[in-house]
Amino acid sequence: MTTDVKRPRSMTSAADTTFKNIIISLASLVLVAVFLYGVVLIAGGFPAFAREGFGFIFGLDWNPGTEKFQALPFIAGSFLTGFGALIIAVPLSVAAALFIVEYAPKWLAVPVGYMIEMLAAIPSVVYGLWGIFVLIPAVRSFQSWLVGVTGLDWTPTGIGLMSAILVLAVMVIPYVCAIARDVIQLVPNDQREAAYALGATKWEVIRYGILPYARAGILGGVILGLGRAIGETLAVTMVIGNASEIAKNLFSSTATMSSLIASQFGEAGGVQLNALIALGFLLLVFSVIVNLIARVVITKLTPVGTRL
Amino acid sequence: MKKLILASALLTASMVSAQQVSNITGSGASFPFPLYTEMFNAYKTQAGVSVNYASKGSGGGKRDIINRAVDFAGSDAPFSAAEAKDAPAEVSFVPMALGAVVPTYNIPGLTTKLKFTGALLADIYLGKVKKWNDAPIAALNKNVKLPDLNITPVYRSDGSGTTSIFVDYLAKVSTDWAATVSKGPQSSVKFPVGVGGPQNAGVAGLVRQTPGGIGYVEVTYAKANKLEYGLVRNKTGKFVDGGDLKEVAAASDAEILPANGIDSITNSSIGYPISGYTWILLYKDQKYGNRTKAQAQALVDLVQWMLSSKGQEFHDKLDYGRIDGQAAKVANRILAGVNYGGEAIK
Amino acid sequence: MTNAQENTAVQAKTFTRTVSSARQFQNAFVGGLIALGTGIVLIPLFLIVGQVIFNGISAISVDFFVQTERQMSAITGGGGVLNAIVGTIIMVGLALVMGLLIGIGTGIFLAEFSEHPLVPLIRVMSDVLTGIPAIVVGLVVYGLLIATKLTGYSAIAGGVALGLIMIPIIVRATEEVLKLVPTNIREAGLALGLPRWKVTLSIVLPAASSGIITGAILGVSRVSGEAAPLLFTSLGNPDLVWNILQPMGAMPLSVYNLAFKALTPAQNAQAWAGALVLMLFILMTNIAARTLSKRR
Repeated sequence: MTTDVKRPRSMTSAADTTFKNIIISLASLVLVAVFLYGVVLIAGGFPAFAREGFGFIFGLDWNPGTEKFQALPFIAGSFLTGFGALIIAVPLSVAAALFIVEYAPKWLAVPVGYMIEMLAAIPSVVYGLWGIFVLIPAVRSFQSWLVGVTGLDWTPTGIGLMSAILVLAVMVIPYVCAIARDVIQLVPNDQREAAYALGATKWEVIRYGILPYARAGILGGVILGLGRAIGETLAVTMVIGNASEIAKNLFSSTATMSSLIASQFGEAGGVQLNALIALGFLLLVFSVIVNLIARVVITKLTPVGTRL
Repeated sequence: MKKLILASALLTASMVSAQQVSNITGSGASFPFPLYTEMFNAYKTQAGVSVNYASKGSGGGKRDIINRAVDFAGSDAPFSAAEAKDAPAEVSFVPMALGAVVPTYNIPGLTTKLKFTGALLADIYLGKVKKWNDAPIAALNKNVKLPDLNITPVYRSDGSGTTSIFVDYLAKVSTDWAATVSKGPQSSVKFPVGVGGPQNAGVAGLVRQTPGGIGYVEVTYAKANKLEYGLVRNKTGKFVDGGDLKEVAAASDAEILPANGIDSITNSSIGYPISGYTWILLYKDQKYGNRTKAQAQALVDLVQWMLSSKGQEFHDKLDYGRIDGQAAKVANRILAGVNYGGEAIK
Repeated sequence: MTNAQENTAVQAKTFTRTVSSARQFQNAFVGGLIALGTGIVLIPLFLIVGQVIFNGISAISVDFFVQTERQMSAITGGGGVLNAIVGTIIMVGLALVMGLLIGIGTGIFLAEFSEHPLVPLIRVMSDVLTGIPAIVVGLVVYGLLIATKLTGYSAIAGGVALGLIMIPIIVRATEEVLKLVPTNIREAGLALGLPRWKVTLSIVLPAASSGIITGAILGVSRVSGEAAPLLFTSLGNPDLVWNILQPMGAMPLSVYNLAFKALTPAQNAQAWAGALVLMLFILMTNIAARTLSKRR
């Protein structure tokens, strides 16, 4: 798209060279930043990696009392909450995206779209505040009801995996929905017209004419949502219970990588501090991988308007 | 860019030294945070010095003072062996207040204060005592009609000095606890049963909304939020109210505070048994980095004021124990030892 | 698009009679589900915004905006968040300077020097920056500037942390909008004999400015609500300070402290009020960004 206009060397002034050098140095700062992330986290986390070996990633025992630092419960927690949130968020987001693009008249579509985007504008700390004072009591009531109906030997607390999943679901909806909207909008109109011409109902148009084209792009949005969910900290910290174990059921306390860092960093010292930084490194690696996959999926697989 | 930042930092530092010191930064324990907030507000009006205290936890405060990232730190726990090794110079621990941790619970319809022993609290948090009408609780609370209700232990899910004092006490009164959970003070431990809530608000919220719940919070927080809490039996066999400041003070009087100011007073022979000191940490030799004598002077003035009657008057209003009598003498002696490259301050 | 939709709707109508009732029912049923799903998505928004307003409005007063956290007291009540409002503006400002400088520079590099061998690497690294969770940013800036005593706890450190989050947002916005600037504008400039730097800075960049500004505002709205990276870097400060070498307060930090560290229920109301102010601020920046990008 952007073609550099080649010019004879002689016309390149000294000022141009300076300009180019400035721009390149500014851009290199991005490399420097990524490099520093790596250095700080690896150097800070190394003592913990060295001490626990692969146990740091595959072990289950995180106990500052006995100085064992194994992070599998939190890796599991991050992915459990992330996928759990997606199970709730994806159908809702796609429904909302279809509603905005295909169903709603413009006077309704525009404000509904704005309102869903507003969910992304609410700060994490406000979600945390709402989670601890509103969501947890609500989940607890639901649990009490469930215990009443099933006679399970649970103590309803409201804190735990389910609350974290719900908060995260609300938080990732605007991201998944935004991308779903974009890709659905990009589906060429001939698709719709062709399907209607065959006598399809609106749902059949969507089912056979639109979703197959938008699927890959939506998948990219879903993966991006997973990345958001894994990195989310404060709101999750407030509702998940931060227990150093893999969740036994949908309502039991557990922790994610980020929630554990947030809840223990303030008090940590010694090897525990190294272990938390090492956990930060793992968190960085996972989120970066997830984000890069999402980006590749979105750029490679999104239907381009001209493809048909 | 870094050089620029450094240069300007040095520049401002040298500018500051020429003038009156007006800012002091500290960080650490959240346990005394409400107390320090009121103290520093008053100090700003009285002395015109802004003290900024970030309540991030004792461990964070100790890390900050070891890194010399702050002028002073607050901590509810002494240095661990590793921390003592990391500290570049001797750090003085000035005892500043006493705090009590109380068991708070939610038993619908109950109006009298429940009685606990340390062993019972340990067994509850170990998951051995599971119901409110189990024999060990009933035996201590003969006149109370206890419900057939599951006990839900609630603990702090974030690292905390409150947890540290609580588990230190449990370790002293229960060999099982010491063998399986924690041997002494520890800001975050792996609790065998129960659910974790973040901060005091999280613990109190969980207890309040869970019939059968029991948690542990600072007495200050319990009182400010009107939480039900129980009495705990001390070594003399008396059931003591942690909200009674005299009992908290008695716990500190029970033992002679050593010259370094550091002592664990949980399970004390008299007084309320789940009490603890909280300390202000500062370097004994204040001459380090590009620190000026004026800065050292301002810090010592502040700590002196906090120990004085002007500072200690806030303790009563907020239900913290004062540093009195022998402990006050030790505290002032420790502060008097703080110097600037060998020169006395004041 | 709307025209096309209307057309197809007309076509659909002509076929209605041939559609079996089972399919019609299915169509209506799914349509209902989709509307229901959209409704469910909006419920939490109303709940959260409603709760924040309901719980926070009682603590909103003039004092709340002109007093500082220094004046808050568990004993007497009162105080405000002026220190945090100013702190947020200063630190977000610092982040913006850093984000604009590096972000626009990198954006220009990616769009205008696209033949340079470093371009693919820097583009991937910028994407890597996008994916780094805010709490990790806090950890790293702590390790880089505070543990090493380079700046200590300060507004600068907080600004750098927020800036690191903002850079990739501005890079992306700049690159995308620069690519939309028609090549012939550049060619025209160069043909007039202008040096390349002048073409880029005084012709291409201004043509792309509204897009870059939109990106910058989105960046601002994204970082102003972040508490996690500031906890470890700017530390917070109950006093109103202007010196960026000192620890500084911020709105998300105040909300965090008032909600979870404060003693009394009255202070919790102040937390909700702080949340309300913060949300309104972020909402306004969002609307500003949208209005600008519309006008483009």
